[in-house]
Parts: sequence; C-alpha cells; structure tokens
Amino acid sequence: MFTKQCSATLFTLVVSPGLLFGAATISGKISYTGTPAKAKTIDMSKEPSCAKQHTTPITTEAVVTGPNNTLANVVVYISAGAPDESAPSQAVTFTQKGCQYVPHVLALRTNQELKVVNEDQTSHNIHPLAKVNREWNKSQPTGTPPLSEKFDKEEFIPVKCNVHPWMHGYFAVLKTSHYAVSGQDGTFKLPDLPAGKYTVTAWQEDYGTQTQDVTVSGDESKTVDFTFKAKPY
Amino acid sequence: MHTAYPRLLTHLALAVFFSLASLAQEAHLGNHTGHVASGKKLYRRFCVGCHGPLGDGNGDNAQWIDPKPRDFTAATFKCRSTPTGTLPTDEDLYNSVGRGFTNSNMPHWDALTNQNRIDLVAYIKTFSQRWQTEKAGDPIKVPVEPAVTMQSISHGAELFQKMECWKCHGQQGRGDGPSAATLTDSKENPIRPYNFASGADDSRFKCGATNQDLYRIFMTGVDGTPMPSFADVIQPNDAWDLVHYLRTLQTHRHSKENEVLKASGGKISGKAPDSNPPAQPENKGSGN
Repeated sequence: MFTKQCSATLFTLVVSPGLLFGAATISGKISYTGTPAKAKTIDMSKEPSCAKQHTTPITTEAVVTGPNNTLANVVVYISAGAPDESAPSQAVTFTQKGCQYVPHVLALRTNQELKVVNEDQTSHNIHPLAKVNREWNKSQPTGTPPLSEKFDKEEFIPVKCNVHPWMHGYFAVLKTSHYAVSGQDGTFKLPDLPAGKYTVTAWQEDYGTQTQDVTVSGDESKTVDFTFKAKPY
Repeated sequence: MHTAYPRLLTHLALAVFFSLASLAQEAHLGNHTGHVASGKKLYRRFCVGCHGPLGDGNGDNAQWIDPKPRDFTAATFKCRSTPTGTLPTDEDLYNSVGRGFTNSNMPHWDALTNQNRIDLVAYIKTFSQRWQTEKAGDPIKVPVEPAVTMQSISHGAELFQKMECWKCHGQQGRGDGPSAATLTDSKENPIRPYNFASGADDSRFKCGATNQDLYRIFMTGVDGTPMPSFADVIQPNDAWDLVHYLRTLQTHRHSKENEVLKASGGKISGKAPDSNPPAQPENKGSGN
C-alpha cells in the first residue's frame, strides 16, 4: 500500500470526524486468472548512467504481479456516488530514477500540483499523451529543478520519455479523493466513506476497467475483490 | 401580452447564444475575419481529401500519406508561437496553411487569398471543442538576437551536449542519434528527427526558417512529436547560442554562422568529433 493510504488511515484514527459519525471502508484484493504475458527485460545499455544503477535486470511494468496471482499498480477508485472535491494543496511527486518512473502508476487529483523530478544524470523529456487533457512535452535535463504541472480533467494518461523508449508510466487523474493503488500483494483500501451507494472502479493499464456497485452504511467494512483476465500477450 | 414577453425573451436569449457561439468560431487576422460557413466550402473542396470530412485526418488519401494528415479533432498542432500544451493563435494556423509542411503532402496554399485562408482557420477550429473552452496560449517572446560570435557558437556546442540534443539529432546533427530509430509521434507512427546536415537551404524547416523561428521551436516544442519544449530549462541567451551552433551543422548552407566559423579556422571547441562522415554529403534526408 502506498503512503497515501497509510497517512489516510492515521488521519482516521486521530482526528477524522468520520469516526464520530461513522465511516465505512471498502477494501479488497486484485487478482488475475490465466497467464499474464512475460515481462520483457529492458536493455539500458544505450544509457550507461542509468544501466549502472541497476544490479539486477529491469523488466517492463505493464503488468506487475505478486504472490497468489495478485496484481499491483491497479487504480481502485469511487467513480460514482461520491461528490467531486477540490484539489488538495499538497503536491504529488513523479520521479525519474534509473531511467524508470517511480511510481509507475501515479494517482492524483484533478488540478492537484504534480511535481516531476529528474534524479538521473541524463536528460529526460516528459511527454504525457493526453487526449482529454492537453498534450504537452517538456525537456528536463539533468540537474534542473522539478517541473510543476497539473491536469484539470479526469483521465488515465500514458506518459513516456521519447529519448528512452522503454520508459512508460501512467498518470491516473481522478476527481475523487477516494482512491488507492494496489500494492505488491494486490490489496487496496478506501477508508472514510460516508454511508451511501457507490460505484467502485478498478483500472489496470493493459487489462482495462471493471466496476462493481457497493452500498455501505455507518461504519461498515465491506470487501470488494476484482479479478482480471490476464492477456497472454 | 402575457405570452409575448417570455417568447421575446427566448428569442433574445437564442440570438445572444448563437452570436456568442459564432464569435467563438470565428478567426481573426489583422482586418480579416474568418467565417466558418465560407471556410467549410473551401475545406470541402481543398482539404477534405486528406484531412477527411470529420477533420480527423482520415480522408480518402490518408492511407497513402506519411506523415499522416493532421487530426484537427485533437487540436494538437506542431507549429505554434504558444507554449507546449496550449492552443495556437489564429495567425499560427493561418501561417501553417500558407507555408505548407515540407517533407509532407501538405502543400503551401499561397494560391488561396488571405481571406480564404483565415476562413479555413475558422472552420478548422470547429473540429475540436477545445476552441470553445480554451484560449490560445500567450505567444512566446523572442528577444533580440545577439551577435554571431565564435564564443556564441562554441557555447551552443556545449549546450548541444548538455541538453543531449544529440540523443535524437546525432552528434553532427544528421538525425541519427542513438534514440532516433525508436521515435514515434503521438499516434505511434514512426518519425525521424530533423537532419540539419542535408540539403543546402532551409526549405525543410517546417515551422519557418529564420533564426527567430528556430529559437521559437526550442521554446514551444513541436507538439505531437518527440521534440519537447525547453522553455523551462534554457535561458534566452543560451537558446540563441544553440541557434548559432545549429546553423553550423547546416554544413552546405551559406550563413553568417558558417562565415564566422570559417574565419576562425573551422574548429568548434566542445563539438564531438565526426566519427562517421557520410559517404555522400548530399544524401537525401527527410525529418519530421
């Protein structure tokens, strides 16, 4: 689980008014059936400054699996039933390190500040291939300060670096604050939900989206699992 | 009377709505105002074959064409005076229609009148909703060009290394850098980095061939292609130095930069040695 959920949980325990009025939690696990395509090994020999940062071979991250057929990097969010909210003031950070994107899938809110950091000894260009939002493309040579950007519409945006063609990632731009990205064990948790009827959507970059309708009341905890059918290629 | 007033109000509201809507769809250039209706007729006659009736770049001829005709529904344009990710100005689109795009099937439409071209711009802007909700970006300012000196050229050569322009454009600017073979545009079609060394003139610079135009390209990027914007990471004087250096990569072109270089012996400190000189200096290169 990512830090957003950790801090959200801490927040719930300490000060959340949700505790006083009762707040529901939807949690679950993302898994797959079938056989996913084998991740390809990335050849970084054309960028020695990055290649030397990796002691073990790096593989593509389009499908990241965990033990017991679980799936990581799946964005789970409330797609209907929760009100749209204004953007939080704190920024999210997207880091280029060892010619990889960290995290591979970054979830953020519409109009939230996105900081793009280059920790590498090489130039990158950040090229989000947006269709609903505006497509832009900016160079970030080594040693230059973080770029600050934002997206104002909900969209799953593939992002790439043209200089290093193996670099692929995603920005998941969401209107809701109720989202999580599944960890290596495939689990996710959406805490602090007021009672109500929700549509929960799970998105995986290669396998698409799935939705389930869930009704929660009071301080109920409900389990919602998603199972994707793996594509063999 | 009781029914007449609401009806009148409705008519007024409709009139205001339609005049506002049509205002948003006009295009302006100096004293010329482009009109959608006239632009549509011209588009149906001259443009539809490649750009298609829906403006999505899927006209009948599109399958035979590389690079592909522009998809106006995406409202992403290569040649702009505005920052990356913003809409171009009417004048930018007008200039693109008149200039055409070298190394593509888009001819220069200087046979059309100024009014025709601005009418076309007005119509092109109806293919994307973005023109209703967004304004064009603020044009990038191009400061006065400093003198061409050997110092400027050498510093440009250092920046060419530091900014890693060579990763795509190659150390000698021949469009053969290590990443060149893998480049694709935003629709995943293969695309070649610009080859500065081929040809003896500037005709292949698609967004204009003056030093000011080259300066602008660093700052705007070429949206929809791998060429990023350097506006956030390069200072104006550095960008000018880079322009001066790029002119020396056009080895067969007569220029002030090449004169200065020749007068000082033809060697640029900071430039990588040419490890693989081309067998035929005049080899045809394209570049998008």
